[in-house]
Amino acid sequence: MTLDSLFANPLLLILAVPLASAGFLAVLPGWRLASWLNIVVSGVTFVASLTLFAHRPEPTRLLFIDDFNVYLVALTTFVGFTTSIFSAGYIARESAAARLSDLHLRFYHSMYQAFLFTMLLALTANNTGVMWVAVEAATLTTVLMVSLYRSREAIEAAWKYFILCSVGIGLALFGTTLVYLAAQPVMGDGADAMAWSLLIGQAAKFQPDLLNLAFVFLLVGYGTKVGLAPLHAWLPDAHAEGPTPISAVLSGLLLNVALYALLRFKMLIAANPDTLAPGPLMVLMGLSSLFLSGFMLMRRGDIKRLFAYSSIEHMGVMTFAFGMGGPLANFAGLLHMTMHSLTKSGIFFAVGAITQNLGTKRLNEITGLTVSHPALGWGLAVAVLAIAGMPPMGVFMSEFLVVSSTFARQPLLALPLIVGLLIAFAALATRLTGMLFGEPHPGQRGHGTNSAFATWLAYGPLWLHVALVVVAGLYLPAPLVRWFETVAKMLG
Amino acid sequence: MGSQLSYDIAHLIGATVLMAGFSLLYQRRVFAVLNTFAFQALALAAAAAWQAHIQNAPHLYFTAAIALLFKALAVPFALHWLVEKLGIHRTVETALSIGWTMIVGVALVALSIMLVLPVTAAASALTRESLALAMSVVLLGMLMMITRRNAVTQVVGFMALENGLILAAVSAKGMPLVVEISIAFSVLVAMTLFGIFFFRIRERFDSLDVAYLESYRGDRS
Repeated sequence: MTLDSLFANPLLLILAVPLASAGFLAVLPGWRLASWLNIVVSGVTFVASLTLFAHRPEPTRLLFIDDFNVYLVALTTFVGFTTSIFSAGYIARESAAARLSDLHLRFYHSMYQAFLFTMLLALTANNTGVMWVAVEAATLTTVLMVSLYRSREAIEAAWKYFILCSVGIGLALFGTTLVYLAAQPVMGDGADAMAWSLLIGQAAKFQPDLLNLAFVFLLVGYGTKVGLAPLHAWLPDAHAEGPTPISAVLSGLLLNVALYALLRFKMLIAANPDTLAPGPLMVLMGLSSLFLSGFMLMRRGDIKRLFAYSSIEHMGVMTFAFGMGGPLANFAGLLHMTMHSLTKSGIFFAVGAITQNLGTKRLNEITGLTVSHPALGWGLAVAVLAIAGMPPMGVFMSEFLVVSSTFARQPLLALPLIVGLLIAFAALATRLTGMLFGEPHPGQRGHGTNSAFATWLAYGPLWLHVALVVVAGLYLPAPLVRWFETVAKMLG
Repeated sequence: MGSQLSYDIAHLIGATVLMAGFSLLYQRRVFAVLNTFAFQALALAAAAAWQAHIQNAPHLYFTAAIALLFKALAVPFALHWLVEKLGIHRTVETALSIGWTMIVGVALVALSIMLVLPVTAAASALTRESLALAMSVVLLGMLMMITRRNAVTQVVGFMALENGLILAAVSAKGMPLVVEISIAFSVLVAMTLFGIFFFRIRERFDSLDVAYLESYRGDRS
């Protein structure tokens, strides 16, 4: 491949930058330089992804961009970029506290870029098989990252994650094979029968029974990765025990990628008139995730686990919305995907700073944040109120749309949805007041440097995300709305 | 060669993979589990090679080679070495008695045949039956992961499940990327096992019994 073709097709650039950086960072000694380089290349990837809006490359056999994935690519590279900024501050303090060795940090930066690469490949792959390989590779990189601290809990979490998600993606592969078999009589042998851009036009002619069976496997398989109840058991552990920047990208990005994979297949199934409707299954799993996590939120003692359960809740709301289908619910689901990504990764930035400032993850030891760390405490307050669904923030708007579109079509389903959202809201609000107010816990002692710069590397991305979510709640630009509407129609 | 004969051979090899899947369920010694798994991987290699031959798809020979070298040789040898080196219990610890496991296993095979055969009415007989066999192997692998407590047997269960997936993929005529998929699986298993767990888990737990991994049941406030 020549350099010209790399610039002719921005997609190749978007994939090549993180891949090459993953290789380079693996051999680059010195974590300081590596963490800066990590920011720079993540920034380059983000800028490159913006060019996709101006000029959209033609689909190739391997990669393609359409209205749906272009927005997820932009979101992924953006959160990847802001998280890399947060990560630089986080890493500086972890290293100063000697919690991670230089070799671990080199490995960490390399895996961070490798992880971004696998997610971007999964989003842009024009082939069901390539997408599967990318999701599998994303699992591998994150399993390795979750076990980074080598503590007993970290290894347990990584082991659980490996076992559950490997089985999950194994089942997804079986589903992918079944979709290929359903398409093969129409599309002929070979790669054409796996290409998204070709499949969607012909889906009406595929064998409906095989597609039905395939969807069950795909829902269970990719659903494990989305963290849908009852397949969610890996998620809280993996979020709690890995480094916090990884929790941010796991919640903010990886879950979206898995949901994207599921939605692509749902589009195929929906395009075939003789298949069973995939919606009710998704609605059911969405609601059960919402309820389970709502109740689990009440009993958490660990701050990272708390927000991991909140991610399960929101993935449940999205799956519910996409399961309902139709332009309005899909619109709400897409908006919710964006808002949740921004808010939840912002919350994890705050959580990272809190655990480092206070030296604890226990909720009952985290008190009086507004007194001891006002910038952090109030940032967390806005972000948590946003994620709990308070107006006027963006998450409120998307949840309101989910609820109102459900009311319009299935009033009986709206009832459990509202109850579930209220339970989660109550749980989060109680936890939040405990964290924000009162006397700072006497046992608090931070670790790492207290350099103002490292601190602001965490607060900056937090406030940026919070600001975006607040602005999005008050005003969504018209082009963005139009474009969500187009995608919502595509999803059917 | 008549197509009837090539069909029969493919069927025979596929059934051998399934039988090996069953026999994994009733082993009581860890080493016997590893040997049985190696046998299953060998049968999978034969299945892939046979599909490469009858579909005239030379790339499937790579898949066969991976199954042979990595799964039938490297992984069982490495696990064997680890079990000896780390002094892991040599007996299989079960969460469900072997008799019940076998009954559930039979039910799962019946389930996959009843699910797959009706929905693939349009496909060729070979594809249909391979798919039913493959799905049975996948479900038996899952069953093994659920009912065996030891980390080594869980990994073997996962790889048995994966054998079923590869069997499905090689039987799907003309499916691209099968080689890449089998490589991806091998990398996943190899990196996770040998990069992280087996060398670390020992220092942390002094045992590979996953019950130790489950002592930390989330948290309570």
